[in-house]
Amino acid sequence: MSDVNAPLWLLAELTYKCPLQCPYCSNPVDFASTTGAELDTDHWIRILREARELGAAQLGLSGGEPIVRKDLEIIVAEAHKLGYYTNLITSGIGMSADRVAGLKEAGLDHIQVSFQASSSELNNWIAGTDSFEHKLEMARAVKANGFPMVLCFVTHRENIDQVDDILELATRLEADYVELATTQYYGWAFINRDVLMPTRDQLESAEACITRFRDENKNDAMKIFYVVPDYFENRPKPCMSGWGSLFMLVTPDGTALPCHSARQLPGIEFPNAKDTSMSDIWKHSDAFQKFRGFDWMQEPCRSCSEKEKDFGGCRCQAFMLTGDAAATDPVCDKSPNRHLVDAAITQSSITTKDTKPLVFRNAKNSKKFFVDTSN
Amino acid sequence: MESTDVPKLANGYRFQWEPAQNSHVLLYPEGMKVLSESAAAIIELINGTDTIEQIVATLEKKFPEADLRQDVIDFMTTSCAEGWLNV
Repeated sequence: MSDVNAPLWLLAELTYKCPLQCPYCSNPVDFASTTGAELDTDHWIRILREARELGAAQLGLSGGEPIVRKDLEIIVAEAHKLGYYTNLITSGIGMSADRVAGLKEAGLDHIQVSFQASSSELNNWIAGTDSFEHKLEMARAVKANGFPMVLCFVTHRENIDQVDDILELATRLEADYVELATTQYYGWAFINRDVLMPTRDQLESAEACITRFRDENKNDAMKIFYVVPDYFENRPKPCMSGWGSLFMLVTPDGTALPCHSARQLPGIEFPNAKDTSMSDIWKHSDAFQKFRGFDWMQEPCRSCSEKEKDFGGCRCQAFMLTGDAAATDPVCDKSPNRHLVDAAITQSSITTKDTKPLVFRNAKNSKKFFVDTSN
Repeated sequence: MESTDVPKLANGYRFQWEPAQNSHVLLYPEGMKVLSESAAAIIELINGTDTIEQIVATLEKKFPEADLRQDVIDFMTTSCAEGWLNV
């Protein structure tokens, strides 16, 4: 296949270990059952080299919590030498000011620090750990070392009313960018969807806060990225800009995926980067060809004038909601299954965390979930 | 913007040649902009010490046929507004 685009993005999920327990984590719910050992430093260096040769220019280092990896600085230094733009996606927990400085020295380009809320109390409850003060300290260390800093707040029913405070906190920490990403319902967030989904009123208030902030701070250097929640839209998101189009991800055990949650899709054998070259994976593997282009589409996507804009939406969402990964993303109001999304919105509006407690992301719950679903 | 201003790439922006794109690009947190040849020819000269005037003079030597002063100034103005250039 000589007509396959270059993958611009490589996301390296270095580990599933994480000191936080966020109930909206995009990691697979059965992460604790993945038996494969974590890739070692040499594996990662070969993967980075091969993906760079294919054309990948942006490298995301995430997890779990990537700072858990003791060889992070070695991986960063190698990536820098290869010419990647290197992005560390971290909660800041397990980080120290010394490591921030060491990562700068290794050539890291950018750090994204996640916060769970703008207040200590809510942040620590969502994260399942006492982490807020340390995050503030690490955000200051990131700035002190001259990194551009993105602060990422995943928003949901519990924290979306804090948008004014969130923007104020981001301004105080001198963030270059603040990302307000409404929870997308994959992984742990899918299990917790009924209690994470905000109401339409909450979303409208949040958007009004953002608009007001932008109007009042026109010359401000801080940019705001607002990721809208697709369940409340009429058209699906152009997920990953299309399957196998720009993005590839390697999980801690080496499985190569075209998106964060593809491993759940049935009937696809995802190659492992330990024994297959990144070039073969990207250009020739059945898994990366599966939903590339437009030939796999069913109606109404196949004849839709907007298919080149949204690529039929998200394959994982189609599978999770309809059971068919090749169906039109049911967010689309042309989908015969749109009622499933509306039903989920209705269900969430009558569910509270008192009637359905949040399931926090940790190994214990992961094992429980895995056993439950395999029986 | 004055012709004596010294333009600099904003913090976190990197200019480099990408063989896979057959183009120069600007890389920044989680993003990439593929540059036209003329944009690349200007950015290549932004070194943190040369003024806009000096950059225009260098370009005029390189492309004597073209009248590019206004183009360079327009480009710098837009780039500043986009946030990837500071003067």
